Amino acid sequence: MTVRQRGVDWLAVLGGASFVLVALSVAMIFVYAPADATQGDVQRLFYLHLPAAWLAYLSFFIIFVSSIAYLLRGRPLWDRLARSAAELGFIFTTLVLLTGSIWGRPIWGTWWTWDARLTTTLILWFIYLGYFLLRSYVSDPERGARYAAVLGIVGFVDIPIIHMSVRWWRTLHPQPIVVRSEGPAMPTEMLVTMLVTLVAFCVLYVFLLWVKYRIETARDEVLALRAAVEG
Amino acid sequence: MLSQLWAIVQRDLLSEWRAREVVIGMLVMALLTLLVFNFAFDLTGAQRVASGSGAFWVAVVFATLLGFGRATALERQEGAWEGLLLSPVERPVIFLAKLVSMLSFVVVVEAVALVVMAVLFGLPVFRSGVLVVLALGTLGLCTLGTLFSVMTAQAKAREVLLPALLFPLAIPVVISAVRGTVLELSGFSAEAAPWKSLLGGFVVLFFSLSLVTFGAVAEE
Repeated sequence: MTVRQRGVDWLAVLGGASFVLVALSVAMIFVYAPADATQGDVQRLFYLHLPAAWLAYLSFFIIFVSSIAYLLRGRPLWDRLARSAAELGFIFTTLVLLTGSIWGRPIWGTWWTWDARLTTTLILWFIYLGYFLLRSYVSDPERGARYAAVLGIVGFVDIPIIHMSVRWWRTLHPQPIVVRSEGPAMPTEMLVTMLVTLVAFCVLYVFLLWVKYRIETARDEVLALRAAVEG
Repeated sequence: MLSQLWAIVQRDLLSEWRAREVVIGMLVMALLTLLVFNFAFDLTGAQRVASGSGAFWVAVVFATLLGFGRATALERQEGAWEGLLLSPVERPVIFLAKLVSMLSFVVVVEAVALVVMAVLFGLPVFRSGVLVVLALGTLGLCTLGTLFSVMTAQAKAREVLLPALLFPLAIPVVISAVRGTVLELSGFSAEAAPWKSLLGGFVVLFFSLSLVTFGAVAEE
């Protein structure tokens, strides 16, 4: 399967758009958006944190859907999509944990707290890790794809239950009072900045997913060719 | 179907009875974990209900992991697994049989560990509430474990892979089982009810999910 460019190269358009949008959102985060009255400049991390969290969970949803499709139809394209989404999801989950930690240090006074959302995201990170381990340790690619699809389904279904159990566990424990971010309503500048950043990240995400998907397709081709040559 | 199920379970139990490789290993693991926890935490003082429940479940989880590892390794010897897959048995029946065999191993280990808990730490473990939590937690753990142990059976570094998959996904089981056990041991049965429902829901959900997906896993 070769990718022929005829007419508009939509991938390049998407890449350009995401570059412009990300540049715009960075400018807005640092120049346009006002500093938070109580949190100061640290609050600007929030613009990065929220879209990253969103995309981390969206990736897992994509894995879930493509895993079901792969098990039902068995077409490699679904497996490639799941693989691509998994890598992006892992990156964004890492980003969420890191930005959250950096933000939490000055605001909550601690790098980490066992809050339900934080804990769930950390477990999500570990599930992603297990997903990659599974893929790399199972030597037969077709079998690895099937196993990973099962893990993708089971893991996705588990996430809400993990969240619920962690929340109950927290509420039954004495808990330091955590300053919640949902304080006063956001001023318009902040809201606009956040929306632009969210759009920028989503466009960037689609672009990255597409690129990653093409890399995975090329990888499969190379493997198939090598198998044919060594036959 | 039941006769097929029973035939596989019987085979597993018989080979375990002759070799005694899985249960003994699990038992030693569980008891040593309890012993080490005894040194790490105070299991005799005021905190003994909380620490004891935690220690007990960590011991059970470790022993279960070890048991799954051993059982799948034995299964893969001499082409036993391939033979099982070639036999005219539906995939869900194989899953059920493997689950029942592992459950019976874990139940033996848990029975001994409970007696040890009762004697060494002076905890009233033989209450119906505690046993219900124990049954549900074990069922949840073994359901996921059976699914994943088949997936990891032929992988490289299987010993690393199984815990890496099972631990994160079994966290709801661990949390609810520990909290449920603590509450039941302290006599707060009403407060333990939501944890039991959570465990029950987990078991029903992942049991059905495993039955559906097991066909994709056990396909060589």
